[in-house]
Amino acid sequence: MDWTAGLQGLVGGVLIGLSATWLMATLGRIAGISGIVGNLITQRPKGDSAWRVAFLLGLISGPLLLMALGGGLGNVAGSPGEVIGAPVGGIGIMLVAGLLVGVGTGLGSGCTSGHGVCGLARLAPRSMAATGMFLLTALVTVYISRHLLGLGGVQ
Amino acid sequence: MNSSMKSSMSESNKNRWVKTAAGYAAGLIFGLGLAVSGMTDPARVVGFLDVAGAWDPTLMFVLGGAVVTTFIGYRLVFKRSAPLLGGVFQLPTKRELDAKLLGGAALFGIGWGLSGYCPGPAIASIGGLSLPLLAMLATMVLGWFVAKRFAAKRLA
Repeated sequence: MDWTAGLQGLVGGVLIGLSATWLMATLGRIAGISGIVGNLITQRPKGDSAWRVAFLLGLISGPLLLMALGGGLGNVAGSPGEVIGAPVGGIGIMLVAGLLVGVGTGLGSGCTSGHGVCGLARLAPRSMAATGMFLLTALVTVYISRHLLGLGGVQ
Repeated sequence: MNSSMKSSMSESNKNRWVKTAAGYAAGLIFGLGLAVSGMTDPARVVGFLDVAGAWDPTLMFVLGGAVVTTFIGYRLVFKRSAPLLGGVFQLPTKRELDAKLLGGAALFGIGWGLSGYCPGPAIASIGGLSLPLLAMLATMVLGWFVAKRFAAKRLA
């Protein structure tokens, strides 16, 4: 097992938790990306958009900052020094995946951050159910696409 | 304009800037967390989901570290009655496990498994300037509008 990758995962996870704690402490908001960005784009809530735009810019600038520092703190599998990994699917698959992720997180009111991190930390039953569900369908999807259909990614 | 009005206006302007800065800081730390943990590499995410292949446990450490930190952090935060910069804590109040929640989560999981991107890492990886990712972001936004329309129709 790759312990360095796991340790970086743990450190990064703690940073994500600190971000969620900070956002709740200062603005009283759940750090759910699909909610913050999705509502910004689809509703443009008046008087409630500036912090969302700022969060979005911060989110994009985090990896860029690591790249500017030389990339040594990145954790891309098999590519030390890289921060942002390449997509595993072509444009066709990604178009379909994007639609599913958008519709799904829109209807399900959250994604890995809102339900998976903040919701589980609040011990919220809806988030536990949602997290169990999207983990299950993701596992099944990867099993079918990789092992039954032989699609996607380096084998 | 008298001086007390002037000072209260500059006070609210200042508060707006502080709130915006707090939002930026939250996004930046979140983005750093995703990058340091390797979640900006979809191969790591799919590697975690591929339990029948060469399993990559990294995501488990990320989620574990994030949930435990947030659990402790929220306990400290909720000792206060309100957020530091004003307003109220905005927490979801819905309780029911309905078809919209579970169906939505199921669809999201399929998209997540196909691409290895959930919304956070997908957006945080924009700096990689890859065409497939940009394609995905476009349909993700489209999907958010579709979901909003669907939800509005169901309510009407």
